[in-house]
Amino acid sequence: MSGLQAHGVVRSYGPTPALRGVSLDVAEGEIVAVTGPSGCGKSTLLHCLAGILRPDVGEVHWRGERIDTWPEAARSRLRRTEFGVLFQFGQLVPELTAAENVALPLLLAGTGRRGAGRAAREWLDRLGVAHLADVRPGAMSGGQQQRCATARALVTGPRVLFADEPTGALDTLGGEEVLTRLVHLAREQGTTIVLVTHEPRIAAYADREVMLRDGVVDPTGLGLDEPLVPVAGPGAVAR
Amino acid sequence: MSTSHVLLGLLAAGSQHGYELKRAHDTRLPRAKPLAFGQVYATLGRLQRDGLVVSAGQEREAGPDRTAYTLTDQGRAALTGWLAAVEPPMPYVTSALFTKVAVALLVADLNAARSYLVAQARAHTERLRELTAVKTAPASSLADVVAVDYVIAHLDADLRWLRTTLARVADWHREVHP
Repeated sequence: MSGLQAHGVVRSYGPTPALRGVSLDVAEGEIVAVTGPSGCGKSTLLHCLAGILRPDVGEVHWRGERIDTWPEAARSRLRRTEFGVLFQFGQLVPELTAAENVALPLLLAGTGRRGAGRAAREWLDRLGVAHLADVRPGAMSGGQQQRCATARALVTGPRVLFADEPTGALDTLGGEEVLTRLVHLAREQGTTIVLVTHEPRIAAYADREVMLRDGVVDPTGLGLDEPLVPVAGPGAVAR
Repeated sequence: MSTSHVLLGLLAAGSQHGYELKRAHDTRLPRAKPLAFGQVYATLGRLQRDGLVVSAGQEREAGPDRTAYTLTDQGRAALTGWLAAVEPPMPYVTSALFTKVAVALLVADLNAARSYLVAQARAHTERLRELTAVKTAPASSLADVVAVDYVIAHLDADLRWLRTTLARVADWHREVHP
């Protein structure tokens, strides 16, 4: 079995349930948006899929292997190699230049300094921010920082990129520039993306949308308060 | 949208004949409804009658008549006036979406109105995805992106309205049928 799967994932924070049995199947190379209102569990699902959090109940599989039972060290290695993570605020290291930030994951993985530096500049160029290679994050706009963070998330060539509200802190144009480049590069490299967002126009960058509501997948995809009653027999209301 | 003013705008750069105007229209306004030749000639006829354009000679080749048109001073003034005038920001609620839900609530039951809203929201979501793919395609021109952006912003607003209305439609139904 290829790709990424969640089977009946349940996860609570203390007494508060965040996920109440979520199953999801993401094919390799697919871009899937996970949407829903605040507090619906979408970030928790992303953290479970990425191996950052372990589900209380249920399983997470990557390329046919169950990964949620792996020890932290093995999951952490997976996040440095096959998985990449991008958050709402790029979380660049403020003391380092853009190129140094992007080179960091490669240096941690054992790549030589020169090779890492060269790859970092190449990725900054692909994200359209080559001119910022020697600039520190404090001197960049939010959109520029997020493009550097995107380069850092992609520099290791991850097979899956987990992006949690990656444009949430940006204005419309800044957000679009990040997403357009991200989606274009992902399609070029066959990278899978799990994109968490609450905005329909951001979700539209994905191949499909999975909506969560109160910790479960909402089959209507519309966040309806009550299920629709078919008007004229079964099938009158498309699911 | 005013076809007359678009033609005046296209003629501002120099005289052109009908066929060239149709081609330029479709290039400059990508994803607009393509202009029919008949509409170009009918519009040019009206503009000529009103003194906004004049015929600038004919090229007669093997094919049909090719009359070129030129903007007059009056035409240039009309174009400048139109460009400077602010469009009234949505003076009436003219959306087919709104009208259909209102009528559905009058003549049918609550579920018919809700089913319509759900089906429409799905169609909107699908179209939003289609147009977003145009934006991310490397071959898209900036004119494409700007045109598609306009539609995306409106579809996004419609979707928000559809979702809000879904949440309100039961109360609205009680207001229509107390």
